[in-house]
Amino acid sequence: MSVVVADLLEQVRDATAKGRALCIVGGNSKKHLGREATGERVDMSACSGVVDYQPSELVVTVRAGTKISDLQRLLAEENQVLASEPPEFEGNATVGGTLACNLSGPSRPWQGSIRDHVLGVRIINGKAEHLRFGGEVMKNVAGYDISRLMAGAMGTLGILTEITLKVAPKPEATVTVRRPAGASDGVRAMNDLCRRPLPVSGACWHEGNMYIRLAGPASVIAAAADQVDGSVLSDDRGFWSGLRETDLSFFADAEDLWCLSLRSTCDHFMPDANWLIDWRGARRWLAGHSDRDTLERFVRDVGGEAWHMRGAQKGDEVFPDRSEAYRRMLLRLKQALDPGGVFNPGRLYSWM
Amino acid sequence: MVDEHYVVSDAESKRPFECDGLSVYKQMPGLVVLPSSTEQVRKVMRLCFEHKVPLVARGAGTGLSGGALPNRDGVVLSLARLSKILEIDPDAGLARVQPGVTNLAISEAAAPYGLFYAPDPSSQIACSIGGNVAENAGGVHCLKYGLTVHNVLQLTVVTVEGEIMTVGCEGMVSAGPDLLALMIGSEGMLGVVTEVTVRLLPEPPLCRVILASFDEPEHAGDAVSAVIADGIIPAGFEMMDSHAIRAAEDYVGAGYDTDAAALLLCELDGTEEEVRYGIEHVTAVFRRHSARSIRVSANEAERLLFWKGRKSAFPAVGRISPDYYCMDGTIPRRMLSRVLTDIARLSREYGLRVANVFHAGDGNMHPLILFDESKPGELQKAEAFGAEILRLCVAAGGCITGEHGVGVEKLEQMLDQFSDAELAQLNAIKDALDPDTLLNPGKGVPTLKRCQEYRSA
Repeated sequence: MSVVVADLLEQVRDATAKGRALCIVGGNSKKHLGREATGERVDMSACSGVVDYQPSELVVTVRAGTKISDLQRLLAEENQVLASEPPEFEGNATVGGTLACNLSGPSRPWQGSIRDHVLGVRIINGKAEHLRFGGEVMKNVAGYDISRLMAGAMGTLGILTEITLKVAPKPEATVTVRRPAGASDGVRAMNDLCRRPLPVSGACWHEGNMYIRLAGPASVIAAAADQVDGSVLSDDRGFWSGLRETDLSFFADAEDLWCLSLRSTCDHFMPDANWLIDWRGARRWLAGHSDRDTLERFVRDVGGEAWHMRGAQKGDEVFPDRSEAYRRMLLRLKQALDPGGVFNPGRLYSWM
Repeated sequence: MVDEHYVVSDAESKRPFECDGLSVYKQMPGLVVLPSSTEQVRKVMRLCFEHKVPLVARGAGTGLSGGALPNRDGVVLSLARLSKILEIDPDAGLARVQPGVTNLAISEAAAPYGLFYAPDPSSQIACSIGGNVAENAGGVHCLKYGLTVHNVLQLTVVTVEGEIMTVGCEGMVSAGPDLLALMIGSEGMLGVVTEVTVRLLPEPPLCRVILASFDEPEHAGDAVSAVIADGIIPAGFEMMDSHAIRAAEDYVGAGYDTDAAALLLCELDGTEEEVRYGIEHVTAVFRRHSARSIRVSANEAERLLFWKGRKSAFPAVGRISPDYYCMDGTIPRRMLSRVLTDIARLSREYGLRVANVFHAGDGNMHPLILFDESKPGELQKAEAFGAEILRLCVAAGGCITGEHGVGVEKLEQMLDQFSDAELAQLNAIKDALDPDTLLNPGKGVPTLKRCQEYRSA
């Protein structure tokens, strides 16, 4: 056992004994997400570094505090990449934090999320045990899928110490085609296009334009780009990285920000509001003040969820309300993994 | 609650439910109930909960790990009558279906829209999507398209108390811990699924298979790693050893090189340009790794013929041996030659033949141990041999089951995979969601008591 893990175990043991809450912090780049955390800080920055990297297996194992940007640099040396395109947040985002928040970039509908790519984890549970679930192989159905259960848990179910991820070959080239469209037409056009077998890796509507990104071998995407109406952008990197990092002016200027996850074909609604539509229509960002109840009711009717990403009042819930049965299941899982309730209380929901 | 016609209590009618695809384990259930709606499932589950009656959910019964083995005093809840396709939204690329719909029926219903459902377990003609969810089913195309867990967006789940809840959403991310992933592959031990929303993908316009043979299994194994390291993700990438090649060739005449020690099938799909690019690169890699012969399917008929040998490998092996026992261990690809060598050694030690069929791209091995159940002790010998193969897989950094599930079959091997503390954590999750151990009891995760018995044995 490493000194770092031994220290973490000691900290968990101590907190449990004293009934004190712990607040798990990696690069502190996602403080703005979820609810405010309280409790004694668990610093994950020392728990970093690559444990094993097997390029020909498309598998990498890192400690949770490893920076996403450092990992991407390492993978690039072998012409590989984290296909889910997670935000790097000025180089501060860590692999553990990214999995805990399950954050993915523009390629998510085609390349999958970090939740899709996680193969195994090591965690510290509330009993201060260091446990391993999953492994380093693509297919593994031994035991419940605790690796993926951690995705989106925001640290409420345990401390991630080590994560094994599937990586992907880096596409040789990308091309972005842009064409003017209204939001309603844009949603329809993106969904139409995605029914066709093209190597799409991004489909976004923003400020009166639809952006379609294609990725793959240069010869392949050149042929595919001919089948998409619009003009080819000479330099597309700024747009997609701004979307990934949520630092386009749309995001930067918003005092209030909502993120909706819903069926991609859902009709464009509230046309007078300020929207950015990503993931071919399955993720919609709304800038500006909105009534939570109205929004939640609307998205629930179309099989979706609304997350309040910025502008919530202190103490408010930011994630969607859940049914009684759902809450009970979450609380029971919390009890099973963190019986003392020490990990990130209130970070996800006030009641958990 | 449920029409009495669909509550089965006589021995003759219960007989088909006494086992699943792993028929060495058999148990007549107390009662079989076949509900026809989520509401009926809820009521039956509520009643079982109130009376503390064990309940085993069952799809098509094609599972290979005894996961649907009934309890003598319990209810088998067959979901076969929940077999409607509720909706197909071709623009969003999703289908909402009931759990009793077969895997293949989803792709057939999506085909008119140019779409398909990607996971394709070999039982896809018969197996149900509900069973696929319970086992996190894979198939030959999961290297590129993922497993069930990557292709399901939302589930309706009935809890042990008889409460209906939805996990996941119709978008691509849902807030909070991933309950969808927790349910998928949980072998019916945490809840019963009554509705499944799956992703549908555009059918690739072109699909071609490269068939290559090798003198050494190592060369074939290295070629697989080299293709993937070269940045190509084939749609399917399969390997067969000499026993499997000859059995398959004798059975269906797929044109396999029967003098080869190993054979690779590499399927490439996509646009014409993508497929052309892939064929150029893959054939170059195969040549560099001393392939004896390389053939590229010239047309669809030939592609299907190349696949036919692989797809009939199990029945083909069935022709050369009275019985076979199919293993499901997974290993990192780089360990392939070492593990194959060790399996060959064990084969000599046990005096039982093994044919190896292998999802090479994702490291999922299906060694088929050939035996004769009519010979006393031979089944036990085959099981002991199988257990040793799974230990080899774990030692190589792999796992005891890639896609068949633990069921009752691999309970003991769970101890090779996990420490006692890890098993206790898995059991704590089970206890949290099913405190009376009513849902598929005795499967998936060994109880603490059984752990102690195994470890002391």
